[in-house]
Amino acid sequence: MDNKKTSLGGRLASSEAFLSVAASLICIVIGLLLGVIVLAIINAEHAIGDGLLVILQSGIKSPRNMGTVLANAAPLIMTGLSVGFAFKTGLFNIGAAGQYTLGAFGALYCAIVLQLPWYLCLLAAMVLGAIWGAIPGFFKAYMNINEVITSIMFNWIGLYMVNDIMYGKGQSPMYDLATTKTYSLRKVAQDAMIPSCGMSDHFGKLQSVTIAIFIAILFAVIVYVVLNKTTFGYELKACGFNKNAAQYAGINDKRNIILSMTIAGALAGVGAGLYYLSTVAEWNPQVSTALPAIGFNGISAALLACSNPIGTIFSSLFISYITVGGTKLSTQYYTKEIADVITALIIYLCAFSMLFRSKIRALLAGKTRRTGLGKGGND
Amino acid sequence: MFLLLKYTLLYTVVLMMVALGGMFSERSGIINIALEGIMVIGGLIGVIAIQLMPAGSSAAAIVICSVLAAAVAGMLYAALLAFASINLGADQTIGGTALNMLATALAMVIAKGFNGSASAKLEYSNRPFVYEIGPLTVNVFLFIGIVILILSYIVLYKTRLGLRLRACGEHPQAADSVGINVYKMRYIGVLISGALGGIGGMAYIIPSVSSWNFEVGVSGAGFLALAVMIFGQWKPFRICFAAVFFALFKSLANIASSIPAMAALGWTQNMYNMIPFIASMIILAFTSKKSRAPKAEGIPYDKGSR
Repeated sequence: MDNKKTSLGGRLASSEAFLSVAASLICIVIGLLLGVIVLAIINAEHAIGDGLLVILQSGIKSPRNMGTVLANAAPLIMTGLSVGFAFKTGLFNIGAAGQYTLGAFGALYCAIVLQLPWYLCLLAAMVLGAIWGAIPGFFKAYMNINEVITSIMFNWIGLYMVNDIMYGKGQSPMYDLATTKTYSLRKVAQDAMIPSCGMSDHFGKLQSVTIAIFIAILFAVIVYVVLNKTTFGYELKACGFNKNAAQYAGINDKRNIILSMTIAGALAGVGAGLYYLSTVAEWNPQVSTALPAIGFNGISAALLACSNPIGTIFSSLFISYITVGGTKLSTQYYTKEIADVITALIIYLCAFSMLFRSKIRALLAGKTRRTGLGKGGND
Repeated sequence: MFLLLKYTLLYTVVLMMVALGGMFSERSGIINIALEGIMVIGGLIGVIAIQLMPAGSSAAAIVICSVLAAAVAGMLYAALLAFASINLGADQTIGGTALNMLATALAMVIAKGFNGSASAKLEYSNRPFVYEIGPLTVNVFLFIGIVILILSYIVLYKTRLGLRLRACGEHPQAADSVGINVYKMRYIGVLISGALGGIGGMAYIIPSVSSWNFEVGVSGAGFLALAVMIFGQWKPFRICFAAVFFALFKSLANIASSIPAMAALGWTQNMYNMIPFIASMIILAFTSKKSRAPKAEGIPYDKGSR
């Protein structure tokens, strides 16, 4: 019995998947604990009952809340996949926010101005996101400029450009003067809305619950298969591990850098499509002086999942879950940004996840070695 | 015209200080993408410090105390980056990104807590910081900025500390072999960037308006400073020049609509805001072959590796 347990420990210690999950869980637990401390500093009396428990329970309290979690998780999965895919190929796509912005423009333009059906709008979002991802890839491949810098620049260029077009000095066909946002698809372009297929009935008639979540999961599976089961994915990853070795093996590294940034951009673009075509919200071109948060939260989702596409589904659901929990905090005691603080703390801790991994491994392997010695004596 | 000059000076000082901060960090070998977050925290603490000063304090006391508070807050926040990237060897870009996200969220929580309301808007008096010289309005940060620029040059190129700092950014193994403590040098680099970033955040927020909504953070000024740093090729006086260029366009974005000749052009605010970013991309594309980026930046230093 004892032997079986330790051999399990040994096997776990060498299982990368287990170590990743364990390290991420540690990040989450420590992050939540630090969150409780923040809550306690603001208002010690209510930290647990009106703070932590609200954040942790609200997401499943009502069908409507569950619907909100799903509606927000779908785009987050896509930006998470975008960042994670780039990570796997050795690139840091901090430009997901910009690609997402372009995707939002593509989706909304096709929906409101061209009155296209939703799948074509989604395709437009994908193409525009892909273009905005390809640019940093091109700069990286042919001019050796770090993709982080280029992505940051193009985030802002994209944001200003999209805002300018969507607002168009108040004359743009997309801009609704009454709401100071883009026109609501529910009113002007119902064909462009992603179908709900009866989903919203199960989630308290929340209209923004659509099949978007399934589309996102489908993309996660596709990305997983491409990365792990195809030669193409292998080549992309090889470039990420060691560019020179990949080149030596006859892989076209320049082409691959551009391709992986393009795919990452396309994924982020789809994310925006899923968000705006599900009518979770409308774009506000006048106040948007900040880049869309979902783009940056994608970094969180990817890191928490160690860039694993399937893991990204769960990490996105989790982040969406505690964000919704944060909005349900009683404003009497706390503000909803506490959830953002907790997410950000978790990501900061994720930067240490390598350290956590090696600690867990040492802990598990240490046990095995000790009992392993005893076993050796018996033999 | 004076309005243009006023805004250009204001933004030049901000971008230059923050970019100089980034320069110190990167010359020591640590990529500091958290400048945006550091600015937010520095600005927030600076604003709170002004409010907490007892009524009737002299202008000089208010300026000195609040600027010091902003600098210290920036340093403490930057220490989080230093700890993650120097002690634990974490990925510097990821750590910096996390700190950027944390800063905006934390600033809102603190601002709302400080206000005791659901608004993250803090109000303050910027009277002690602003002076009228003839028809021109200047703020105290202009002088601080000039001093910092000169000091930066001297520290980086004329002192032992500067030489050692630069060595750690170019070839930390070589620096270590002659007895330089790489970890300590990198800490110094990051902490200086924290102090300058903190003051820069305050300089961005305080002089032009008398209330600030922390929901918007510092709306990308930190990233702009990052671009200024690259544009300035990690060298103090070039950074100053780059800051003027960027600031000019940022000011044009603010005032274009109020100048008839420019309003006639029909350019929107967004277009002016876009230009510095596009310009720096073009410059980057042309200069990338002879880029003077510190060679060892972004690579965690591990004593054991060869």
